[in-house]
Amino acid sequence: MVSAGLFSIGIYVVLSKQNAIQVLIGIEMMLNAAILNMVAFGKFDKINNAGQTFALFAIVLAAASTAVALAIVLNVYRRHQTIDPGKINQLKD
Amino acid sequence: MFYVMAAIALGSALYVAASGNLVRSVFMFFITLFALAGLYVLSLADFVAVTQVVVYVGGILVLILFAFMLSGRENLEGLKQQKNRLLSVSKLPAVLLAAAFFVVLTNIFLKAKADDISWIKQAITEQNVMTPQNTSINSLGVNLMTNYLLPFEAISVLLLMALVGAAHLSRKEESAT
Repeated sequence: MVSAGLFSIGIYVVLSKQNAIQVLIGIEMMLNAAILNMVAFGKFDKINNAGQTFALFAIVLAAASTAVALAIVLNVYRRHQTIDPGKINQLKD
Repeated sequence: MFYVMAAIALGSALYVAASGNLVRSVFMFFITLFALAGLYVLSLADFVAVTQVVVYVGGILVLILFAFMLSGRENLEGLKQQKNRLLSVSKLPAVLLAAAFFVVLTNIFLKAKADDISWIKQAITEQNVMTPQNTSINSLGVNLMTNYLLPFEAISVLLLMALVGAAHLSRKEESAT
């Protein structure tokens, strides 16, 4: 239930913000909602720890993707002087 | 305790969604992450909670703060003029989609009835449920090095690649090209 709420808020943030960093925060929020679900059901798996292990993997993946996305955001800002994803409308140089 | 943590997490997440100020939303996201770590502890996953605090709070948020502090002051000035009303016409699709997702997910949650899913029943009858008495770190470490060794190595290589790529992307343009 908490996870569903967090996921919805994350989607709202992703779709409504005019700022790439806040979109990134929304994506992180959705990832966290998924991880929360995995951890909550990982309680019923004491021997294999599948839920918690994959929660750890998901956290690491989120960290990697955030690092790359921030680098891209910095580059885009340097080139276009804006980080509004609605204003960036060209893909090539 | 669970409800307090859940309320803190959802409330601060809503504040992140509602506030137009970037700095404030980053710091409220901080609080969301801490509350989520508390929820992990309450579902008996203490190691995941510690990793959450270290990786997210220590790593990602500092990275985000650095990114927009490096990107200049005029950037912050421009961001403050953003209109920040939660419900406005331009955000109507976002609100609709978020509400639809919420309805679907709660519907699934209410219909699934987590107590009579077959594998959970089986786990309960086989005493495969974690209790607060035993810590999970020991078995988690053993499993990470035996059953899940291949994903572990793959993810470490991927993390290395991603970090090298990020460092390469954020170099100065002249030297990169």
